[in-house]
Amino acid sequence: MPERPPETALVGEIESPEEEIVEESIEGGLLGQSMEIRAGAVYAGGEGRRRAPGLGFGAWIAVGWMVFIVAIAVMAKTGILTWGDAEESFGSCARKGPIADEGTASGFLLGCDSNGRDMIPRLALGAWTSMLVATGGIILGFFIGGSLGLIAGYFSGRKTKFAAVLAAGFVGGVFGLIIGGVFFAVVIGLDDSLAGIIGVIGGAVLGGVAGYRKGDVDTYLTGVFNVLLSVPAIVLALSLSAFLLGSADEAAKGGGLPPEVVLIIAIGAVTIPLIGRISRASALSWSQREFVLAARAQGAKNGRIMVREVLPNVLPAMFSIALLGIAIAIVAEGALAILGVGVRPPTPSWGNIIALDRGNLFKSPHIVFEASILIFLTVLALNFLGDVVRSRFDVREGGL
Amino acid sequence: MDLAKLIGRRAVQLLVVLIVVSFFTFLLIRLLPGDPTDAIIPFGTNEQKQQLREDLGLEEGFFQQYWDYVSGLAQGDLGHQYSSGRPVSDLVEQSLPVSLQLMIYAQIIALLFAIPFGIFAAYRAGTRSDRALNTSAFALLALPNFVLALLLSYFIGAELKWLPTSGYAPGWLDPIFDPSRTPDIPEHIRYLLLPAITLAVGQIAVYMRLLRSDMIATLQENFITMAKAKGIPNRRILWRHALRPSSLTLLTVAGLNVGTLIGGAIVVEVIFGIPGMGQKIGQAIFSREYVELQSYVVVIAVLFVLINFLIDFLYAVVDPRIRRARATT
Amino acid sequence: MSTTGLGGATSNGRLLEVTDVKTYFETDRGVVKSVDGVTFTLDRGKTLGIVGESGCGKTVLSRSIMGLLPKRGLVREGAIQFEGTDLIGLSDKDMREYWGAQMSMIFQDPMTSLNPVMKIGKQITESIRQHLDVTKEFAQELAESLLASVRIPEPQVRLKEYPHQLSGGMRQRVCIAVALACGPKLLFADEPTTALDVTVQAQVLDLMAQQQRERFMAMVLITHDLGVVAGRADEIAVMYAGRIVEKAKTSELFSDMKMPYTEALLSSIPKLADHSHTRLATIPGRPPDLVNPPLGCKFAPRCAYVQDRCREEEPPLQLASPGHEYRCWFPVGTPEGKDAFERNRRAGDVVATAALAQAETV
Repeated sequence: MPERPPETALVGEIESPEEEIVEESIEGGLLGQSMEIRAGAVYAGGEGRRRAPGLGFGAWIAVGWMVFIVAIAVMAKTGILTWGDAEESFGSCARKGPIADEGTASGFLLGCDSNGRDMIPRLALGAWTSMLVATGGIILGFFIGGSLGLIAGYFSGRKTKFAAVLAAGFVGGVFGLIIGGVFFAVVIGLDDSLAGIIGVIGGAVLGGVAGYRKGDVDTYLTGVFNVLLSVPAIVLALSLSAFLLGSADEAAKGGGLPPEVVLIIAIGAVTIPLIGRISRASALSWSQREFVLAARAQGAKNGRIMVREVLPNVLPAMFSIALLGIAIAIVAEGALAILGVGVRPPTPSWGNIIALDRGNLFKSPHIVFEASILIFLTVLALNFLGDVVRSRFDVREGGL
Repeated sequence: MDLAKLIGRRAVQLLVVLIVVSFFTFLLIRLLPGDPTDAIIPFGTNEQKQQLREDLGLEEGFFQQYWDYVSGLAQGDLGHQYSSGRPVSDLVEQSLPVSLQLMIYAQIIALLFAIPFGIFAAYRAGTRSDRALNTSAFALLALPNFVLALLLSYFIGAELKWLPTSGYAPGWLDPIFDPSRTPDIPEHIRYLLLPAITLAVGQIAVYMRLLRSDMIATLQENFITMAKAKGIPNRRILWRHALRPSSLTLLTVAGLNVGTLIGGAIVVEVIFGIPGMGQKIGQAIFSREYVELQSYVVVIAVLFVLINFLIDFLYAVVDPRIRRARATT
Repeated sequence: MSTTGLGGATSNGRLLEVTDVKTYFETDRGVVKSVDGVTFTLDRGKTLGIVGESGCGKTVLSRSIMGLLPKRGLVREGAIQFEGTDLIGLSDKDMREYWGAQMSMIFQDPMTSLNPVMKIGKQITESIRQHLDVTKEFAQELAESLLASVRIPEPQVRLKEYPHQLSGGMRQRVCIAVALACGPKLLFADEPTTALDVTVQAQVLDLMAQQQRERFMAMVLITHDLGVVAGRADEIAVMYAGRIVEKAKTSELFSDMKMPYTEALLSSIPKLADHSHTRLATIPGRPPDLVNPPLGCKFAPRCAYVQDRCREEEPPLQLASPGHEYRCWFPVGTPEGKDAFERNRRAGDVVATAALAQAETV
């Protein structure tokens, strides 16, 4: 039979031949077998992703890279292994490096920054800061956003008194504070704190009553997520950390929040609505499965079903999202540092290494590029691992 | 009818966002310890500072101040810079068109590349060229825009000296906001090309992957086989029959992506020294101009909601079924 | 070799000649033999009904003849002569001269076979403009008259509408208009009424028959329902597991069927004469796996007449009378067949007993 030359392999190519057969054999009752064909069709149909028995070569490289970065970060932070001091300056070596105009700095493999500090310990310690901030922020976002999303998804379309009263009371309280506060203070002329308190309590009560009567916690939580998502994430993180850092600055003498904590809060806060929506979608689809209905029919408590039945199924999906989230958070740390809010020198982070020596890009590009390469490879590894996890658990981003 | 409903819904959303965003940024500023007058007249006497506090309305109660701020916002008054006393709305008029143009160019470049690549990858799904495109998209996704910005300005700007790495010339949109500016289109393009490419690259990867997977699904639809059975050439099937039904997810994500785009534009402007909103925000943070910063955040939030409204509108244009669905619900 | 179309058929009356066509798909599981050696001919203006259960390969056969199957993993052998040209060797580019212009197809589900985001008028005129050298205005007029001819009210209004604005029956009429737009000589109708309401089915079938008469067009009508082809096809081919197992002129098939499978198919459609609560007979078991089909007759595992020979040796095509072919060792209505059936019943064969029980309740 004539082989078709590749040029004539045309549109039809993509429609899977098996699709037809599968449909027909399902009608014919060949269920077990046609499922296999369908699987074959999906994989032959262009996705090219077969279920590998192991993790695959690329995934092992990615895992290896992450282990390397984390190990280096931990060792740099704890001082188990010392390459040198991240803060010691060698004036003669300033701005020298592998590709710098001024030539290499002898004794320093990766060169020095503009203050003559050795790049290797700075990058290693920077890995610690960047990973800490990114992971911390995502964990925070997961705790709050994940649990809210779980509740919203689990109770979606069902009535619940307790959670709905809390959520609606919170929403009501916020709007009560703003609208009621303005009303009582400006129109009636009450004292600020009194106006605020009346507003919050009034709003919370109104909201709580509405929540009690409607019982629809999902609507309130999704509304909160949507409002939070109406502000671009980086702008939210930026203003939040700028203000929090500002207050820390002003209170510098008396302490205040350390910049790392500020960044964790900022990153955590902006990821809450995102993670909330994704976990809601996932929890929603799992909550409609038979085993959850069965547990419910047996009279199990909602909390127990959520933790014992829904959560374990949502977690793998969320793990993939968490890996991608950490990658995004690492980038966010860098972006915030460039915009001027971030970890303060002399503490290095990958972001502030770039931000500090951005001005020396043309003469001493090695400083910026070394940190950039680390960010790129780490983000690549995390994205890749996230993808591997997702394809293994067949997670869909339906909620997005 | 349906349009009125859509506008109504968006208006409510806009109002809620405005209230929440303005209140919380305002609250955060009030929570800042220290006295803004210290920043404005660091060496002023206590009497002068007291006078200034009264002028600025800082002696009023918290809710009164918030009310003044919000009613000012409603009249387009975004407050004043502490240091210069310039109205923030002036600064927005200068910087907003710059950022808008940058984002528009980035979006155009992104679609210009993503659509053909996405179609091609779907058409050749599973082949080597498809895999190559996918892999490059995956790598591009891991490239943060500030890293790409620095790479481009080093290699294309400093080494090859093809394009400037910093600066700006007014374009077609600037005179609309500020009539005193005269456009210089060639220079404008030269200055904005690298930043626009930087912003576009990440989007290309996102859009391409989306379009590819949607397109693969569309190409398995019966109406594609039907078109083929009519004898329609493949090129026409891909572009005329398959592209439009496949671009709905693309549009949704383009809408969601506007936030990313705005964030990206802010960073990229700082790196390329473009006097847009991003650079203004950076400067405001640096010089602790919190009122200014607050107003920028409000402006961006409004912009974001408006752009999403526009996307909703495009949705209905792309898919006639939605026109009807919107009308019936 | 069989011939269709008695009287009136001349040597140049032959339109389509399908010889030993095989269509296999290479999959991860192995080679799926969807069509495994099918031979038939079709004369101008005639109708061939292809009948079989889901999964018997009838849809793949029609798409294989049209050349519409995806190329990846496809093995397509045999000869398909369309007006003397072998279509199997042709590239998609060459096929485009035939698609829509010489032969076209109506698909099962009108809900999904029209482009949802393209106006109906455009979907008709694009085919016309592709194949005929006419102006836009002329194509527009042609489309309007086509819609009128498939009895769509207010055609000029409909042209500007989208598919979702029409009912299922209307959409299938639009599909027919699209298929007929360039005056094809051959029309494949793949379960054209399966997705439609029962009340609309007859209307659509009648419309197709009328158009076919007016245009002197040949048609291949594919269905799982013998009732649909009964009064409409000149000749009927019954397919099972990728092969034609019986083929005859319609009247002869119904009066003198030889294949137990045909018999089983016929007894599984309700008849007007039946009592209102008659249980419909079903064919037990499932169609065979097309990757590893049974050794002998493919229908043997489900057959009420099955003997040891059937499981070991595949029956060849045999001629019952000119133009009537079948594949069976123990055909229905012959002494051998009766004998085989009796033997099975006595031995308590499940299938035969069930068939008998069903026959008795009727």
